[in-house]
Amino acid sequence: MSRIKKKFEDLSQNNRRALIPFITAGDPNLEVTLKLMSALVDSGSDIIELGIPFSDPIADGPTIQRASERALAGETSLSNVLDLVKTFRETDRETPVVLMGYANPIEALGVDAFVARAAEVGVDGVLVVDYPPEESSALNLALKENQIDSIFLLAPTTLEARITDVAALATGYVYYVSLKGVTGAGHLDIEDVSKRVEQIKKHVKVPVGVGFGIRDGETARAVAQVSDAVVIGSRLVEEIEQSEAENIIKNVEGFIRSIRKAIDQV
Amino acid sequence: MQMQEDLQNYNFPDHKGHFGPYGGVFVPETLIHALEDLRDNYEKLKNTPSFMEEFHDDLKHFVGRPSPVYYAKRLSEMLGGAQIWLKREDLNHTGAHKVNNTVGQALLARHMGKKRIIAETGAGQHGVASATVAARYGMECVVYMGSEDIKRQASNVYRMRLLGAEVVPVESGSKTLKDALNEAMRDWVTNVENTFYIIGTVAGPHPYPMIVRDFNSVVGEELKTQMPQLIGRQPDAVIACVGGGSNALGVFYPYIKDEGVRLIGVEAGGSGIDTGKHAAPLASGTPGVLHGNRTYLMQDPNGQIIETHSISAGLDYPGVGPEHSWLKDIGRAEYVSANDDEALEAFHKLTKIEGIMPALETAHAVAHAMKIAPDMSSDQVLLVNLSGRGDKDMATVATASNIGL
Ligand SMILES: Cc1ncc(COP(=O)(O)O)c(C=O)c1O
Repeated sequence: MSRIKKKFEDLSQNNRRALIPFITAGDPNLEVTLKLMSALVDSGSDIIELGIPFSDPIADGPTIQRASERALAGETSLSNVLDLVKTFRETDRETPVVLMGYANPIEALGVDAFVARAAEVGVDGVLVVDYPPEESSALNLALKENQIDSIFLLAPTTLEARITDVAALATGYVYYVSLKGVTGAGHLDIEDVSKRVEQIKKHVKVPVGVGFGIRDGETARAVAQVSDAVVIGSRLVEEIEQSEAENIIKNVEGFIRSIRKAIDQV
Repeated sequence: MQMQEDLQNYNFPDHKGHFGPYGGVFVPETLIHALEDLRDNYEKLKNTPSFMEEFHDDLKHFVGRPSPVYYAKRLSEMLGGAQIWLKREDLNHTGAHKVNNTVGQALLARHMGKKRIIAETGAGQHGVASATVAARYGMECVVYMGSEDIKRQASNVYRMRLLGAEVVPVESGSKTLKDALNEAMRDWVTNVENTFYIIGTVAGPHPYPMIVRDFNSVVGEELKTQMPQLIGRQPDAVIACVGGGSNALGVFYPYIKDEGVRLIGVEAGGSGIDTGKHAAPLASGTPGVLHGNRTYLMQDPNGQIIETHSISAGLDYPGVGPEHSWLKDIGRAEYVSANDDEALEAFHKLTKIEGIMPALETAHAVAHAMKIAPDMSSDQVLLVNLSGRGDKDMATVATASNIGL
């Protein structure tokens, strides 16, 4: 059984929702990212989404753009990100790690080479923002052969017929983008999200996570009420960006604990 | 020969938007529905006679088409080789070929009931053309422009504002055309319901490369009737500058099956291809995925897009339309480059000898014609697509000549 599947089964036995933080690998540098990954787990995260930095992140708002820029200023490459997961796995064999990024760095490394290496270092899922199902058959095949989950996005603009198509390919979980906008936007409509997740669940057998626009305990709790997993990115990256170097770990742990607490009230 | 047979059946993109391995729809899920909607509407409208009549009527009365073809006799004689003829897109309303596409897309927007249009711009020509049609059709218009380009194309920024458009400076990345495109995409993801994104070149996700090519093909279609009237035959070669590649495809596309006509695209060689400071992905790049399509890109070994350099803002782009990548691979078109210095020299030559001041983008195509004409015979004909006029480039040219304005 995949680590992601097992994680969701354990959570649902305890009637709990998953907390999935997103951070960009290499922001502010790879050593801190490694420490942050453990800190995220220690403070109550269930799955870690690790961003692969890219020079032209069209789906990201200013906060995650800046995180990518900081990571690239330190010349963080996809190979570095894979090495980071390898090091993380030396001490943590349980927490699922999902890589999230854009197509070009993956194509530059080569889809098959990327997947082989991802399997070797212990990556559990891959989400490529600009690889919709119609453009990602090579990647999906390679992921399947290597038992890595293919995570797909669904959006408020996704038609019902298309949800069925995505459902046929999705493994691990699907990621519902809660609003029309880039990461970090702040106009989440919970009622709307609730209706859409219900519709998605009619077709999709894997758990449904919701992300984009979750900024605090209150929005996290509201989203946890209507979904299986809460993804929190920009607000967390802001915490990293705004903390003095020596306080990053402490502040991130405090923030994640507060979100965990809010989610567990559901 | 296999290639000749294939060319007679040339029919791209396929139904998924691919030109061989290039093109496609590499976008976040939020945009998929809008792109499918655009594709379906375009397929319907392009086969609707009243829509195409409206388009051609505006091209005639608003843009001033057909544009003339001019024999640059003094320049040709000076070079002492092939005849150089110019397709005068610089005489269009707003001063460049860009308006052919913006008229078409604005009409699409209107038929789709979208009242807000957004655009990205480098040189400002596409921004001006978008702001112009927005005024013409009574639409709200927002133009994204890199802050670096805002500096070097100040007069076009003022023109856009006079036309009622909002010009939004983009401060991310290299602060040029690619970053303006990123920002326009982000706006579109956010406002996809009421907004039509007018992409300014044959790039972006399917169906844009096809739509922009089709609207600009009016240029090549005109040439195919004009040239036989003027010289009794088609030209030996067609030459155009390539940024994203819209003016080039506009003249190439109608000639693809005419194998006697050489198609030559001229990329921006910047300080020289060997210096790495240029914007010539077809000459020295590798395939990858950017801005919704797979194409040749300027990128580092890790797949990060690298900064480009060109004296002309409109060519300063690390990618190129996917159909050019395909035409390069199948060998139907040739791609070369002209450096900043060569473009500047061509700018001055054409201005002084013919009284025609080309845009710096266009000057790259002129430079290549000047390079190859002397080795050709005087009964051979080079047709240069004179994509735009140079008024917008006064400040850049003056600075390059160490003159303060
Ligand atoms: C006059 C002119 N020619 C050419 C270009 C380059 O674009 P494309 O390669 O799409 O024709 C521009 C772009 O701004 C332009 O203004």
